[in-house]
Amino acid sequence: MSIEIRNITKTFGTFKALDNVSLEIKTGELIALLGRSGSGKTTLLRVLGGLEIPDSGQVLFHGEEATDRSARQRQVGFVFQHYALFRHMTVFENVAFGLRVRPRNVRPNEEQIRKRVRELLNLVQLDWVADRYASQLSGGQRQRIALARALAVEPRILLLDEPFGALDAKVRRDLRQWLKRLHDDLHITTVFVTHDQEEALELGNRVVLFHEGRVEQIGTPDEVYNHPATPFVFEFLGNVNLFHGRVENGRLRFGAEPINGNGATPKSKVYVRPHLLEVSNSPAGQDSFAATVRQINSAGPLVKLELVTEWGDPVSAEISHDRFRALDLQPRARVYLIPKENRVFVYQI
Amino acid sequence: MAMIISRAGAPARRASLSVSEPRLVRIALTTTALIFLLFFLGLPLFAVFFYALNKGVGVYLASIADRYTLSAIFKTLLTASIAVPLNVAFGIAAAWAIARFDFHGKNILTTMIDLPFAVSPVIAGMIFVLLFGSQGIFGAWLTSHDIKIIFATPGIILATTFVTFPIVARELIPAMQASGSEEEEAALSLGASGWQAFWRVTIPNVKWALLYGVIICNARAMGEFGAVSVVSGSIRGKTVTMPLWVEILYNEYNFAGAFAVASLLTLLALVTILAKRLIAAPAISNEISDERAESIEAKLGEAA
Repeated sequence: MSIEIRNITKTFGTFKALDNVSLEIKTGELIALLGRSGSGKTTLLRVLGGLEIPDSGQVLFHGEEATDRSARQRQVGFVFQHYALFRHMTVFENVAFGLRVRPRNVRPNEEQIRKRVRELLNLVQLDWVADRYASQLSGGQRQRIALARALAVEPRILLLDEPFGALDAKVRRDLRQWLKRLHDDLHITTVFVTHDQEEALELGNRVVLFHEGRVEQIGTPDEVYNHPATPFVFEFLGNVNLFHGRVENGRLRFGAEPINGNGATPKSKVYVRPHLLEVSNSPAGQDSFAATVRQINSAGPLVKLELVTEWGDPVSAEISHDRFRALDLQPRARVYLIPKENRVFVYQI
Repeated sequence: MAMIISRAGAPARRASLSVSEPRLVRIALTTTALIFLLFFLGLPLFAVFFYALNKGVGVYLASIADRYTLSAIFKTLLTASIAVPLNVAFGIAAAWAIARFDFHGKNILTTMIDLPFAVSPVIAGMIFVLLFGSQGIFGAWLTSHDIKIIFATPGIILATTFVTFPIVARELIPAMQASGSEEEEAALSLGASGWQAFWRVTIPNVKWALLYGVIICNARAMGEFGAVSVVSGSIRGKTVTMPLWVEILYNEYNFAGAFAVASLLTLLALVTILAKRLIAAPAISNEISDERAESIEAKLGEAA
């Protein structure tokens, strides 16, 4: 089932949670809505699920107007951040709920319900907890039961709100892989919300970056990571060095005071990822600039250097252990940094 | 009696294990508490049953089987059976509105709910007399339509409903706020109607608080004296409830009869306390298991 979101706006009091958001999601896609808390990603998910009514704009499911459909009419599986399992019901009854509340003429009989619930519990590999209550399960188990419950109604769209947010790191990685395989098997159009960029980049077919209620960029993980459309996206995805500089005759100048009143030399923000800074003992070309080593951390696959430029900005650089040995770096050493030019992003401001 | 002592005794036992107060202080405190309980609860309780049965079981049963006593019991049961459901309906509606929605005047509603607790029951009774009495605001209209509220059963029910008004809502509001609305949203997205979500998710989640509220509300409805006394007019066999009947018998120096009826009300109170304890036990153990699960998760999170 494809989803089309057209110019959705939603305000809470004076707070604009969604500001004219448009988005198209293709059938079978696994989409990550990524952003900080308060960026509007969860609100959009709730709008899709029919739990929030937008002030204006449209939601189309498979080309059909669905903006006014209630949550129960949408056939959407919604998995809540804190799972929202029915605490007074067993796991079995939780999963069976969606089948039991169907109108009598389409409600499966007891035997069919039993069979379906068993299937779903097997699918999430938790058939052995059927008689337990949610309070007796671990976080990861609750998460999977919540997913099984959502799948019971054969949803055409699966919406997951911070699906791994409340889990510890190890369980989170395992579940992430598991969800990816599940999506590959079931092929349900899935939208999930996360504030964890690693999760979004690893799991999503496409990533939608939210910032202050607006979509900053939509693209594949490769596109958003390697070709960020805005400074926000660059800063949000991975570590980054920010330089204020200017463009002079088509070349970058770092550090120097911008020349006012001269349109030929606009001020720029220059972003360079730490692993895209080459470190050298001698100046190399016009783009290199001097810096002093402050700290060295060689624990890890790369050696992390903390430096200070000669005009006083802190810089991080990451180099290989081989390179580190070749340079024979010590704290307070003076080095030259060369941004690998094709990866330097310049935004005029 | 036995139950009261065991309730006081249990915390004292625990204290001896965990608190390092000198033995003498502990014994002194426990003794003080027990003596206090004996004089202010045990003795009156004993007195009620002693005087009730003083002239023998025959007299006791006879005074209960009295025509007017039976009428008073019936009136009390009738009042409670109408006032309690009314307050349950109102309590659920008010708690739902307050716990789930933000609206103008929410604070006023929350404050107003407590009003019946704040005013003296006698004043509450007076309000209804002023409204519905023959000299009252609606008095003329009611008389012309031949509707009798004051000095009749409807007045008793109204006054009782008013006085017990806050009880169910007060129990439900925190319970509903604590359970949140996510489970209801989950139910809706799973295809449940609002009605199904209400009966299958909302009510089961607050069932202990609701039952607790109903029991307290019922006890209060059956025991209400002040407000009912003002509006009933105490017409024997017609508008007399059990608490009023106790007073009438007592004023007529019929102590055996007065205490016999009083013993019934006392039994009701004891049953209420017992039921309250039975209900409180599973509700509390549920909360603890939830908290425990959460603290375990929090620790796992920290470890990661």
